[in-house]
Amino acid sequence: MSLMETAIRLDAQWVDYLLIALYFLFVLGVGFFAKRGVSSSIEFFLSGRSLPAWVTGLAFISANLGAVEIMGMSATGAQYGFPTMHYFWVGAIPAMLFLGVVMMPFYYGSKVRSVPEFMRKRFGTGAHLVNALSFAAAQVLIAGVNLFLLGTIVNRLLGWPLWVALIVAAAIVLSYITLGGLSAAIYNEVLQFFVIVAALLPLTLIGLHRVGGWAGLKERIAGDGMLGAEQLHTWPGEQLSGFDNPVLSVIGIVFGLGFVLSFGYWTTNFVEVQRAMASKNMTSARMTPIIGAFPKMFIPFIVIVPGMICAVLVNEMVDFKELYYTDPDAAAATGISFNDAILLLMRDVLPNGLLGLAIAGLLAAFMAGMAANVSAFNTVFSYDIWQQYVVKDKPDDYYLKVGRLATIVACVIAIFTALIAGNFSNLMDYLQTLFGFFNAPLFATFILGMFWKRATPTAAWLGLVTGTGSAIVVFILSQTGVIDLPGQGAAFLAASAAFVVDIVVMVIVSLRTTPRPVEELRGLVYSETPKSDIVDPDAKSAPIFRRPVPMALFCLVLVIGLNIVFA
Amino acid sequence: MSETNTSAPQDDASEPTTTQKVGAFDIRNFIGALIGLYGIILLILGLVAFNDMESARTGGINANLWAGIGMIVVAVIFLLWARLEPLKVEVPLDIAEDPEPGE
Repeated sequence: MSLMETAIRLDAQWVDYLLIALYFLFVLGVGFFAKRGVSSSIEFFLSGRSLPAWVTGLAFISANLGAVEIMGMSATGAQYGFPTMHYFWVGAIPAMLFLGVVMMPFYYGSKVRSVPEFMRKRFGTGAHLVNALSFAAAQVLIAGVNLFLLGTIVNRLLGWPLWVALIVAAAIVLSYITLGGLSAAIYNEVLQFFVIVAALLPLTLIGLHRVGGWAGLKERIAGDGMLGAEQLHTWPGEQLSGFDNPVLSVIGIVFGLGFVLSFGYWTTNFVEVQRAMASKNMTSARMTPIIGAFPKMFIPFIVIVPGMICAVLVNEMVDFKELYYTDPDAAAATGISFNDAILLLMRDVLPNGLLGLAIAGLLAAFMAGMAANVSAFNTVFSYDIWQQYVVKDKPDDYYLKVGRLATIVACVIAIFTALIAGNFSNLMDYLQTLFGFFNAPLFATFILGMFWKRATPTAAWLGLVTGTGSAIVVFILSQTGVIDLPGQGAAFLAASAAFVVDIVVMVIVSLRTTPRPVEELRGLVYSETPKSDIVDPDAKSAPIFRRPVPMALFCLVLVIGLNIVFA
Repeated sequence: MSETNTSAPQDDASEPTTTQKVGAFDIRNFIGALIGLYGIILLILGLVAFNDMESARTGGINANLWAGIGMIVVAVIFLLWARLEPLKVEVPLDIAEDPEPGE
């Protein structure tokens, strides 16, 4: 990330440091108080399945509201404008609703402790091992990337050396997770959510005021002499998808981003699903992603809009964007990039005080991301790798200890990953893309597993391996220039290929191998699960705003409305 | 840290349960306290330290003052919510109390 080369110093004063320090005090305080009551491994890893839905719902989106989201989405907003909204309205909300309505009953109802464990119950150890190992490796890696971005911000804003920033940040995350387990991570994610909103909302409002309000912003963007008014329409989003043809662009966004990529990510990623599994009952578990979907819908207004404001208000960014389209070499020589959008806007419009709060909000976002990765990693490592394949049948407190140790090891590895990320940023990008390819075939395998009782264990792991393999092949072909798709086109195609290959392989192999006896599939496959197993007994009598299906429909209507209003 | 209120088991539940008030830890109090402290600090800053330089940055708005007021309001809502609807955890009676043999 070019964040490295730029020197954007924010003029932080003692009051800003005070606000930042206050935030860290609270983060540690939450870890300290949440630790009371952690006496068994289920409490450490799944919060004893006791949390209310609004808490898990906010944690659900906060776990994803990390470095990549805030810096990346504001950068994309500065570059392309409204089409960036697709990452939220098409690329997240439908999949979150689908998770809550369709898939969560199986995850929560089967009493599994992790997503890979569901894989094991349904398809045995072959597919489980593939899933558990790839997930654990990806989490440590992504934790490292998040930590690196966090360290870079601290280094740039406060002037601390990178390695000091890395160790301090890792130590803070480590201390609250080892103390309080998942509860501490989740409670902190909720706290972080509010700090992030408190940081970004004033930034957006003041920024809007500076450019003459909403109308002023639109007028300036339409007249920017580059992409112009195209940036004020979400559809067809040709710049974003990289397809020249508007019809292809819409298809690419809806199927590539909206279906394959986003369903793969949101419905199988244990980092997210773990938040819902910590809920107190089935209805809360299903409501978790649905409640999360409501704020998620409006987050683009405090993330993407500031990026767009920066692109017309802050001189460096205005110049950079113009050079980017006219003279790319000169643009690179300026030393800034779209990734700096939110920092530049903070520097130019926030008074001291709010500035400190905004820095705290950014730090909160980076830590939320890392903490989420680490807390999902330690669960999968303890239950799915250690307990399953290495040391079986020990008492519960043994696995609690393993989990705490795994947390420490994960943080240490993350520090080293972060140092590597600093030196080989391209390598890290490739690896991240690669791990993304595991998601699309996972989704295909899960959906066939949940709805087709004939799907067999052999088919599952063969499907996963060939699906992921075909994504990698498409990716290599596009990297070497055999397939020429600009923008996000290659990623969409790789994920779609993985999805289709997985389904085809699974169907063919399943029809030639012996399925598991149906008695074993209760709670795992739709047709073999009695309705009473997956619905709370009092679900029908609950008020409408506590029922998953009506609320999901309401959310869907809202998001379609947003798509029409900003089309 | 949790007070047990064993006198009111639910009548219609299949298992005997009891409601425990979770005394100390309620994340709403933490959110209220942190956002409230932020609000107070920003409010004071807005009252005493608003100057021309800041005014130029924000386009003439006393941003700290208004953000501070907004945050205090949000904090009060969270603290009131936590006060009016305290956290309750339903636990099976046999965990809340020592199990009676021969029940």
